[in-house]
Amino acid sequence: MSQSPSVPLTTADGVPLKTSLRRAVRRSKVKAFLLVSPLLLFLGIAFIMPIVEMLWRSVDNPEVSTQLSRTVAALEGWDGESLPGEPVFAALAEDLREGQEARNLGLLSSRLNYEKSGMRSTISRTARRIGRVEPPFRESLIEINDTWGELDTWKLIQREATPYTLSYYLAAVDRQLSPSGEIVEVPDHLKVHVSLFWRTFWMSAVITGLTLLLGYPIAFLLTSLPLRHSNLLMILVLLPFWTSLLVRTTTWIAILQSQGVLNDVMVALGVIADEARWQMIHNKAGTIIAMTHILLPFMILPLYSVMKTIPPSYMRAARSLGGKPFLNFRRVYFPLTIPGIAAGGILVFILSIGYYITPALVGGQSGRFITNYIAYHMQTSLNWGLAAAIASILLFVVIVFYMVFNRLIGVDKVKLG
Amino acid sequence: MNESLLQERHDNAREDGHETDADFVRFIDVQKSYDGVELVVKGFNLDIHRGEFVTLLGPSGSGKTTCLMMMAGFETPTHGQILLKGDPINDLPPHKRGIGMVFQNYALFPHMSVAENLAFPLEVRHMSKAETKRKVDRALAMVRLENFGDRRPAQLSGGQQQRVALARALVFEPELVLMDEPLGALDKNLREEMQYEIKRIHADLGVTMIYVTHDQTEALTMSDRIAVFNDGVVQQLAAPDTLYEAPENAFVANFIGENNRLYGEVTETIGDKCQVRLDSGETVLAKAVAAGGIGTRTTLSLRPERVAIVSGEADEAFDNRFPAEVREVIYLGDHLRTRLSVCGNDEFILKTPNAKGYASLRPGQSIDVGWASSDCRALDA
Amino acid sequence: MKDDSKQAGKPALKLMVCAVAGASAMGLASVAQAQQTLNIVSWGGAYTESQQKAYHEPWMEQTGDEIINLDRSGNALAGLRAQTQAGNVTWDLVDMLPADAMIACAEGLIEPLDHDELLADAPDGTPPSEDFVDGALGECFVASIVYSNIVAFNTEMFPEDNQPSSIADVFDLENFPGKRTLLRKPINNLEWALVADGVAPEDVYDVLETEEGIQRAFAKLDTIKDEVIWWEEGAQPPQLLADQEVAFGSAYNGRIFNAMVSENQPFEIIWDAQVFELDGWVVPTGKLDKVKDYLHFATDTQRLADQAQYISYGPARYSSSDLVSVHAETGIDMMPHMPTFPPNFATAIQKDDEFWADYNDELTQRFDAWLAQ
Repeated sequence: MSQSPSVPLTTADGVPLKTSLRRAVRRSKVKAFLLVSPLLLFLGIAFIMPIVEMLWRSVDNPEVSTQLSRTVAALEGWDGESLPGEPVFAALAEDLREGQEARNLGLLSSRLNYEKSGMRSTISRTARRIGRVEPPFRESLIEINDTWGELDTWKLIQREATPYTLSYYLAAVDRQLSPSGEIVEVPDHLKVHVSLFWRTFWMSAVITGLTLLLGYPIAFLLTSLPLRHSNLLMILVLLPFWTSLLVRTTTWIAILQSQGVLNDVMVALGVIADEARWQMIHNKAGTIIAMTHILLPFMILPLYSVMKTIPPSYMRAARSLGGKPFLNFRRVYFPLTIPGIAAGGILVFILSIGYYITPALVGGQSGRFITNYIAYHMQTSLNWGLAAAIASILLFVVIVFYMVFNRLIGVDKVKLG
Repeated sequence: MNESLLQERHDNAREDGHETDADFVRFIDVQKSYDGVELVVKGFNLDIHRGEFVTLLGPSGSGKTTCLMMMAGFETPTHGQILLKGDPINDLPPHKRGIGMVFQNYALFPHMSVAENLAFPLEVRHMSKAETKRKVDRALAMVRLENFGDRRPAQLSGGQQQRVALARALVFEPELVLMDEPLGALDKNLREEMQYEIKRIHADLGVTMIYVTHDQTEALTMSDRIAVFNDGVVQQLAAPDTLYEAPENAFVANFIGENNRLYGEVTETIGDKCQVRLDSGETVLAKAVAAGGIGTRTTLSLRPERVAIVSGEADEAFDNRFPAEVREVIYLGDHLRTRLSVCGNDEFILKTPNAKGYASLRPGQSIDVGWASSDCRALDA
Repeated sequence: MKDDSKQAGKPALKLMVCAVAGASAMGLASVAQAQQTLNIVSWGGAYTESQQKAYHEPWMEQTGDEIINLDRSGNALAGLRAQTQAGNVTWDLVDMLPADAMIACAEGLIEPLDHDELLADAPDGTPPSEDFVDGALGECFVASIVYSNIVAFNTEMFPEDNQPSSIADVFDLENFPGKRTLLRKPINNLEWALVADGVAPEDVYDVLETEEGIQRAFAKLDTIKDEVIWWEEGAQPPQLLADQEVAFGSAYNGRIFNAMVSENQPFEIIWDAQVFELDGWVVPTGKLDKVKDYLHFATDTQRLADQAQYISYGPARYSSSDLVSVHAETGIDMMPHMPTFPPNFATAIQKDDEFWADYNDELTQRFDAWLAQ
């Protein structure tokens, strides 16, 4: 085209070509957007909103600032050196009186009890008698419960008066704020989360490794067997998918428990003595065995889909070039399956980090995951902020893991089916 | 640039000794069945000389690739023996045979660079780094890809990949190279270019090549000898010109080049000639190649370019002469194809060079055509 | 009738209260209301079964109401909170522990109850506030049973002349070897550890409020830690005992009783240092009008006594105790199997709900850390 760049091209009716093109493209873009909008809406409601809600809950801290609003206001400017004065106690009495009438002190007392055991009963006892409390409030409140006479109590209230807090995250990594406001480790006898995080990660890694070890030959068989046999094998691989997770897990209990099938067979065969039955369940071994089995298809299928695309001529070529079978496998076949290994690996690893039913059923004490602790905080202790903080950390780890994976392997190289 | 490689090759050939050049590769009564019911290769015999370029040509399913795979060691003969340099190799695994092979889709390792691909066979032979690099560079030069060593196969064009595959099959200096339809995935121009390239390398290196293809032009262009396969049996083993000029049976005649067929019955034999009465009633004099005795059915094979338009007096050169009607004329630039109706055959093709003096024909026109009986071969029915 | 003026405006209720012993009056009262469906949350298993027979079936027969049992009491507090936050409370009546009820009440998830107004008087006219046992009537809570956390053992696992009898025996691996199964929570275990270590049952919570006391309890638990299988579901300990996977098991006394009488298991309960507590009803906020007639019925003297025919949990009303008779299926006398039977009750510890409301989070975390060591 010899047209000079300064003269814009136009269509037949004189509209500049660029404008016309943009118009045509925009129309198809709008159409495409309208077509996917139900899905986007669904994703927003079912996927993004819960995550946002979780992240929000992990830092949300409304209890003290709203329910002790007068106390917090009166505490402003308090130096923390000595007990606050009468106006602060009077404000507290007013806050508690109002809260008792509205019957909404529960969340406040739970919140403060997370930070300082005993605050729940301190608040509930004080609130129950608040109707009869006479000035001077400082003396009468301390008389009801001497916790009000402790400097730490007031420092805690002052500290937790912010609408957002990091204390859930600190608790999730076995840290806490000291009364003076520094981040310190919790005493050893209260440390649970960090070791659970590590256990979750290394056991997930072991499970991923085992599924690879078991799944690789199976996937290879699937690609190399004649169609008739490989179909049968594929059905066997998929069969667990069609069985309920609970059934699969409880089946392992029946097999592995000390009075279970496997031990019975071993005793009957004389391999082990009746008194020395193997403890294979309600510990780490139980979790690893059951989860390896349950997650195996997630390793086999990506491996299979990658292996399927490797033409047999590669290995033939390698042999014709003089490579011995094992060398050919190591230098030619194995490197070509790495995208499958990576896809299966990331899938199994992320899934196992998030598993909680199976570890809860067969993991006993030592085979438990951090996810079981999330469930505990959701359902039993009702410390949803802490549950959200732990879950957010887990989410963060998964994202980091995924990004590292993307950098090293490239997500676009992954084939899942 | 390839002199030294060539020299080394000859040195290698001299070292091992007891076979003669005539029986470098031998297939002796080789049979192959995959299912125990049907034979895909039925009694294959072939002797290949050192330095020869032999093509196994045939339609798909004719057993030619199976023979190649048995040679390479990826399939085991069900019966019979294969000898390489006089030694039976039936039980030798592929990686110990030292045979270079080029695969249909090249089978270049996609995760290795071109240079790494070429270095692979040297590495497994524990060659030193320097030696490996020298040989890789030389092999790349041989296929004129000196600057492509660092590329991945996927970054190359089809023709370039083909050259790399060739270089890889040759870099460890095998005495025998097998090629399984190596040009099948290339377009026509590239294919022709590569044919010459392979031919050139073959001539330069003096390496023995067994080449499998279903493309007869390819086979005719490249080979010293061609084995035409059909239905698990070699129909004819001969040099290209012999195959074309003197096919021994109807299959070979049909498969190699274009061919006009007339069907009839032998009525008389005269020396190496015979009289054949066509189904349409005419009598044709033909060269008896594979026809049976009097009364047997036969197929007459006649190359389109050996038919001429005749007029006026009888010409001794054309001892067969028949009237014909023009059905269709196709203009092909350098020559013309004319479809005629002759002796009841509506698909009779006449090929004439587009030379001065040839009258243009029109459909519907009546003419006379003629051919020499020596060009008309009476074959099996 | 304690407070007639209060009930003057509610003739139907007054009628009911007057005729509390007569079931026919209940039928009259319910004529006024339309038949409805009640979603009642409880613990499942044998316990829900006993409620079904003692409360639900007679109530459905009289009123035509439909009662749906939901086995969700294990996570009742979480469920109530989630339903309330979502603004869609589907539960009408919930069976929960008083400690959870205290928290739910403080959060406003459940209704405060005026016990004397809502509940039936005893047959002799004693008002509910005097007829229920201590601690049975919380601000938002009304107990129906007294149950007990005990340790039981399989008699076949020990020689006849050396059967365990005290809580200290559970911690005595030398004389009473074998695996133990205990609840995977600090509750009960810390109390028993202290009693086994020589603390008097009545002083347990005073000791536990000190750091030394907690350390002492964990130190005692350390001595048997390697021999313990930790359970989480109430059905596990009877099963483990029956399979002889363990010699001792802590359990709810009703589960052990059922295994003993219905399945003829050779179990025996160590009543020493039983930790008893109450269990009963709470009403989710906004559901009081819907369930108050049922609540009145299900907590009356006869109903609580009836429940004791099916499960060995003590009725929470004094007036019911005298009516406790025999087991409905086997006809054995229920009295000796009740936690409240005087010989069983001598060294009993009442679970301190306030202590556990304050310290459960911290002690659970500490307990988990201890387990992970």
